[in-house]
Amino acid sequence: MGTALIALVLLAVTGAALGVIIGLAGKFFAVKTDPRIEQVTEMLPGANCGGCGRAGCADFAKALCAGEAAPAACPASSPEAVEQIAAFLGISAGGGEKKVAVVLCGGDKTHAGQAAHYNGVSDCVSASLIGGGAKGCTFGCLGLASCVRACPFNAIELVNGLAIVHNEICTGCGNCVDKCPRKLIKLVPKTSEVHVYCSSPEKGPTKKKVCSAACIGCRKCAKNAEEGQVEMQGFLARVNYNNPPSAGLVEATGCPTGCLRTPEEHYRQETATQEVA
Amino acid sequence: MEEVQKKKFTGGIHPKDNKELSSGSAIQNAPLFEKYHVILCQHIGAPPKLVVKTGDTVKKGQMIAEPGGFVSAPVHSPTSGTIGKIFDVPGPSGVNQEAVEIIADGQDEWGSGLDPIPDWQNTAPEVLKERIAKAGIVGMGGAAFPTHVKLSPPPAKKIDTLILNGAECEPYLTADHRLMLERPEAILEGASIMARVLGIKNVYIGIESNKPDAIAGLNAKSEPYKVNVVTLKVRYPQGGEKQLIYAVTGRKVPQGMLPMDAGCVVQNVGTAAAIYDAVTQGRPLVERVTTVTGEPVVNPGNWLVRIGTPIADVIRLAGGVSRTPGKVILGGPMMGFAQKSLEVPVMKNTSGILLLDQVDTVQFTSQPCIRCGKCIDNCPMDLLCGTISCFIENEKFDKAEELHVMDCLECGACAYDCPAHRPLVQHVRRAKAEIRARKAKQNPK
Amino acid sequence: MSEATNNEIRMPNPEKLIVSSSPHIHSKSQEIWKIMLWVILSLLPAAVAGVWFFGLPALEVILLCVIFSVMIEMAWCMIEGKPVFGTIKDLSAVVTGMLLAFNLSAGVPWWICLIGAFLAIGLGKQIFGGLGSNPFNPALVARVGLLIAFPKIMTTWVPTRQMIAEAPTYSDFISRADMVAIRAGKLDAVTCATPLGFAKNAVTPQLVGRTPLEAGMEKFYAVDGQDGLWNLFIGNVGGCLGETSALALLIGGILLISLKLIKWQVPLAFIGTVAVFTCIVNMVSPTTTPDALFHVLSGGLFLGAFFMATDMVTSPMTTKGAVIFGIGCGLITCLIRVWGGYPEGVSFSILIMNALVPLIDRFAKKIPFGYKALEKGEAI
Repeated sequence: MGTALIALVLLAVTGAALGVIIGLAGKFFAVKTDPRIEQVTEMLPGANCGGCGRAGCADFAKALCAGEAAPAACPASSPEAVEQIAAFLGISAGGGEKKVAVVLCGGDKTHAGQAAHYNGVSDCVSASLIGGGAKGCTFGCLGLASCVRACPFNAIELVNGLAIVHNEICTGCGNCVDKCPRKLIKLVPKTSEVHVYCSSPEKGPTKKKVCSAACIGCRKCAKNAEEGQVEMQGFLARVNYNNPPSAGLVEATGCPTGCLRTPEEHYRQETATQEVA
Repeated sequence: MEEVQKKKFTGGIHPKDNKELSSGSAIQNAPLFEKYHVILCQHIGAPPKLVVKTGDTVKKGQMIAEPGGFVSAPVHSPTSGTIGKIFDVPGPSGVNQEAVEIIADGQDEWGSGLDPIPDWQNTAPEVLKERIAKAGIVGMGGAAFPTHVKLSPPPAKKIDTLILNGAECEPYLTADHRLMLERPEAILEGASIMARVLGIKNVYIGIESNKPDAIAGLNAKSEPYKVNVVTLKVRYPQGGEKQLIYAVTGRKVPQGMLPMDAGCVVQNVGTAAAIYDAVTQGRPLVERVTTVTGEPVVNPGNWLVRIGTPIADVIRLAGGVSRTPGKVILGGPMMGFAQKSLEVPVMKNTSGILLLDQVDTVQFTSQPCIRCGKCIDNCPMDLLCGTISCFIENEKFDKAEELHVMDCLECGACAYDCPAHRPLVQHVRRAKAEIRARKAKQNPK
Repeated sequence: MSEATNNEIRMPNPEKLIVSSSPHIHSKSQEIWKIMLWVILSLLPAAVAGVWFFGLPALEVILLCVIFSVMIEMAWCMIEGKPVFGTIKDLSAVVTGMLLAFNLSAGVPWWICLIGAFLAIGLGKQIFGGLGSNPFNPALVARVGLLIAFPKIMTTWVPTRQMIAEAPTYSDFISRADMVAIRAGKLDAVTCATPLGFAKNAVTPQLVGRTPLEAGMEKFYAVDGQDGLWNLFIGNVGGCLGETSALALLIGGILLISLKLIKWQVPLAFIGTVAVFTCIVNMVSPTTTPDALFHVLSGGLFLGAFFMATDMVTSPMTTKGAVIFGIGCGLITCLIRVWGGYPEGVSFSILIMNALVPLIDRFAKKIPFGYKALEKGEAI
């Protein structure tokens, strides 16, 4: 009984003393923070994708509360969430168009052959350092999924050896853009309906040799589109994303290699070729 | 004078050298082909500027591209003829590069516009250096760094030693070996020219002891040129610049610095012979000795080929292949580049074209590291290769940088012995690329 | 495109070429399965010694452990969805199975082998991600796991066949009851002490001005007409079936060292530390522990030093680290043997040092080429 009492008293005294110390420390060493930061962080998606240009959601929340950033700078938040944060902080949501990433290559395994066999690290940067990868086209998607791994939202899928971005999931954070050693990934307005799925600047016949889905520079799309909607860069048609053409262009053009497509059609076609392959 | 090496670097490997395939065959002159594809940028540094256009006629040795800066080198026509199209050809690194097509006229007439300087002993070093620059001479061992730049150390650096690299530690290759056997005077005289340019007296040639005939041959002739022949232990990578300097002089090049920081200039023996030709004959660098070898090759040997010859033509010279090879490699098996096209032309630094049977090539896997430590024991730079590669696999490039991944030579001694067949060199290359990209992003110039 | 032909000259087919990073050749001797095969071969002398001394039950334990280990590895791969024969080919499960058997007494029941194999392959290796990712030596994880779970079985040792044949000579190692059993031909239940256990718990009835240890060691060294040390060296003593024969283990260890498959620094540092440490303790206080030679040759020291501490996956990668690792193993072994509660400490010491390997690896880095020169400002 006596021993139990001693233990009880000893623990109680120690506990009380420590409690007082912690309480005092909390008072004296308190760091003043904006209480709103935590709440704003809660409202953000919490993916820490870095698409806003900050070190993560908490850092972005800090910048928001300090008035250094606008809520719309977060690419991953829905417009409603952006509005909510703006209302909470009493600041304007800020403008800016929603963007999505697009992989401008249609050279899947079926259409674009390999010039040789690649043996090495399954990573696009690594492959591009070794003889530029084994793909016949030296500008096309290597299909080793570096962008897929870089995406914090799992918005990129590898279909038949070709990376495809899912528009509805992509937030436009841009993490994948730098990962592509062939610079195939572009951030484009979410509203753009048509893309030219080719990035090879080479001459038509050269491209044709290595990929049957390449843009052969026939200019059909440029002629069918309105002035300035599709630009020719040498042998490569490029959609002008400042003045994007509508989905109707695909039908009007009838692209001979089918590299002018809507994203939906692109995904549908590639899944089909994968099933065939 | 014959000497033995002073120091022995740690690590290294002893791969089977297979040099007997081609070491016995004398250098043969390649015949004149109809077309040559001369890549414009054949060196490290600023790309040269094209000075000819389609339809121009050129003489052999005529400059077709002028240097694009100080750290640059001109390119010359390998034969007389007309300029065909200017187009992209696959380069040795797998990336397409701009090249000039030269359609030979069959005359093979010289017209370099460079006069021979037979009396180079009494010519000002500056004039000799200018000649070396004008002849488009670059490091022929592999790196292709413009030679005149290496011979122009900043005044603050005291250079006292010139080392000729005749180690040829890469398995299979015998081009330097044959050159040392057949043109010892050219190499020695070229070395003396470089010594005059640098204003130094100590000249060494480092040769691995598996080439006793070359050592004896150079020794017999080295006396008048005051060149010391140093016998090196057979150990890959004995011909690595830093390892060679350590072996010959006992000096260690401080980390992150150049051979000149250890008072040395290292040149390949082929470069020395090219300098001899440029100075005493007035011939720019338009041809080089290349080994065509490997088990599938019908007649392995050494050829004096013009720069710009597509490797398909060179392989044809060697009788083609007896069976389908698994790999075509430009350079040696340890550091060369695997090719996917036979249109790649011979470059100034193409020391060999190696064809390997598929069973002889390494099959890389992404098996986990079993921590055997073989790579660490083998590393001539004493790096923690295995640990580094694990970090890189997990994209922890800053950790890899902390473990000095940037000091890696990419010699491949680690991956050669890796029981898990890990692609260690490729990991390192990736890390270097990523780290450089990150640095460029942080401080854009 | 078929093989390109030109004037009857056969040319390489670009489509069949492989592009990969340099180096393009590989030393064909360095393959995981070849390394494992050499380890198995170098374990064979000890296996033969084990069967020689402990009879067919030893062979049975070895085979059971190997078969169970391989089966559990296969089952694990199947559950994980990996190719079933994928990791069998590298033979590492066979090595683990053999090492596990070496760490068991020849008299253990079959289910101990099964549980041991599960502990080794499952908890020791696969749960961490398979070969290369395991922080602890799988066989030792199993041994220690079994020792804690089944202390009675794991510390019951059978005498060697030679001991049974000449039972009266070894009366100090075999209890009186067992002597009776031997005489009666009931060999199943006969047990015997290990030399280390004997030294630790040596109690002799006639103490005339001597400590129990002194009296015990004296008996040990003169096992009536037999040389105790020689028995210890060749393995004619009680203990785990693979650890008793220092001679056989030495042969295997030298084979591994000569093939450069293990770093000689580890066994040297390990055994050397044990020798020096026990020598000092024995000199300062002879009553505390037996002499150094006894310590070096007894218990699982040779098995541990040559085959367990040198396991590539769980030992440091640099030579400097290997020396630190070996010394650490030796020290902990001695602490346990001399002052600890268990007679043997090799397994514990190696496991403890396994845990410290990441730390040792950090500490024992090599200085890359040219860094000292940079600091000294040499050659500038």
